[in-house]
Amino acid sequence: MAKKGYDAGVKEYRDTYWMPEYEPKDTDILACFKITPQPGVPREEVAAAVAAESSTGTWTTVWTDLLTDLDHYKGRAYRIEDVPGSDDAIYAFIAYPIDLFEEGSIVNVLTSLVGNVFGFKALRALRLEDIRFPIAYVMTCGGPPNGIQVERDKMNKYGRPMLGCTIKPKLGLSAKNYGRACYEGLRGGLDFTKDDENVNSQPFMRWRDRFGFVQDAIERAERETGERKGHYLNVTAPTPEEMYKRAEYAKELGTPIIMHDFFTAGFTANTGLANWCRDNGLLLHIHRAMHAVVDRNPNHGIHFRVLAKCLRLSGGDHMHSGTVVGKLEGDRESTLGWIDCMRDSFIKEDRSRGIFFDQDFGSMPGMLPVASGGIHVWHMPALVNIFGDDSVLQFGGGTLGHPWGNAAGAAANRVAVEACVEARNAGKDLEKESKEILTSAAKHSPELKIAMETWKEIKFEFDTVDKLDIVHK
Amino acid sequence: MSKVQDYPSRLGDNSSRKFETFSYLPAMSDKQIRQQVQYIVDQGYNPGVEHTEVENAMENYWYMWKLPLFGETDVDAILAECKECHDANPDNHVRLIGYDNYAQSQGASMVIYRGKGFK
Repeated sequence: MAKKGYDAGVKEYRDTYWMPEYEPKDTDILACFKITPQPGVPREEVAAAVAAESSTGTWTTVWTDLLTDLDHYKGRAYRIEDVPGSDDAIYAFIAYPIDLFEEGSIVNVLTSLVGNVFGFKALRALRLEDIRFPIAYVMTCGGPPNGIQVERDKMNKYGRPMLGCTIKPKLGLSAKNYGRACYEGLRGGLDFTKDDENVNSQPFMRWRDRFGFVQDAIERAERETGERKGHYLNVTAPTPEEMYKRAEYAKELGTPIIMHDFFTAGFTANTGLANWCRDNGLLLHIHRAMHAVVDRNPNHGIHFRVLAKCLRLSGGDHMHSGTVVGKLEGDRESTLGWIDCMRDSFIKEDRSRGIFFDQDFGSMPGMLPVASGGIHVWHMPALVNIFGDDSVLQFGGGTLGHPWGNAAGAAANRVAVEACVEARNAGKDLEKESKEILTSAAKHSPELKIAMETWKEIKFEFDTVDKLDIVHK
Repeated sequence: MSKVQDYPSRLGDNSSRKFETFSYLPAMSDKQIRQQVQYIVDQGYNPGVEHTEVENAMENYWYMWKLPLFGETDVDAILAECKECHDANPDNHVRLIGYDNYAQSQGASMVIYRGKGFK
């Protein structure tokens, strides 16, 4: 027992929760927060406050603290660093004993780490930059229902990125017309087509009708091309019961892959669906609607690399990762960092990619990063270079916007991706020789030639809002 | 803007069938094929030769030609094995697999000799 008797009142957090001498244990969950304190609040105090409020502490001493061994359960702030390029923000490193968390529950981890503490008045802003999940905790999670290797074997796709396409317009097509758009893309050479995230089961197209027509499109395109095809049937629904009902029907149809929006639906639904997919042998594509609400502000919220790690533990076979080159936000080095977190077994600390901790996923399968949003054939060489073979490159407008229609748009992308892989394997520099590689491939593909003419000048050159923290003064 | 062209793929035409990676490109020259085989060797993959009738190309398993060439890094030896398989089965697709022992998957898979009716 630390001391005798109960002293009511308010103690400074740092007396209990700031422990610079602490050596983190291999079993601790570690977190790095970027904290912007209110003016005048000492950095040790604010780091300790975050440790306390995200673990055992509250604002005042309570007598029931003395009924347990708080030293066993408390989170500890063990290191503080300056944030490069910032005068007022700090990185605070906090270690949480593994016993604080229910096994296999990303929900529980996030409820603690990004719960009340984010509204704490002594902070101007707070951002969870990275988490290290100990292998002991990783092993309690289900993870991706299939993983990259199983997906390749099931879909028969080797030695290249897979190709997808999100069907547009996002909303308003009837089920039969929608299936037509899928069929055209698949027969042209895509591996997958995709429900857009907000396609669930609206009055203009109910889910059961969509699933039926789309499955018909898949099967005909397979007979026609002799290749395996899929469509991410979105089973995201208002209730878990409804979600499982849709998943069951997808399975009944014999479709290979379904889809879920993990953030709007929540980790409880997602983990349940991932388990269902593992039991039933379906691949699971994960969309990330709402992520930018919490991960785009560089000072407040949760970094996307944390969401990516959490989703890998919760379960998904594909996850949207940004494109670096397309219409949506994503810094290049940072993106390379989080796609490692999606795919690799062991990711080393690398501040130049925003990775704050070594992360060991052991034998947990990886997820395929999905690059989607404002990309077209001219981006293909850079995409193959950035993402490598283990990825899904997804062209929505860049397929459907082809002047000759979806099949031609799909064929253009398929020819382009194969030409890039061939060139890479032959030792060419994809980004430097991109124009030559595509132009040469277009000689044998009128579809690619027209695509290149159509999208020649389209670029998205805006500065990134969420950059890595670097000294810039 | 050019005139819209039809996409010439037909259920009734066997030559519309594809055979996965590189099947949307024209058949490669000998030099290009050597580069791809060299890539498979450079990745440390184990080469293996397989073949099948063109109408069965979509199935999981093709006929394995002998056994995979474990540890073979000589491009000429690998290409000679592909040719021997092709000579014995001239109508079939002949493909070269690169087995990636670490990923427990195929790191590469490409048809080296296209089967009867495929250019």
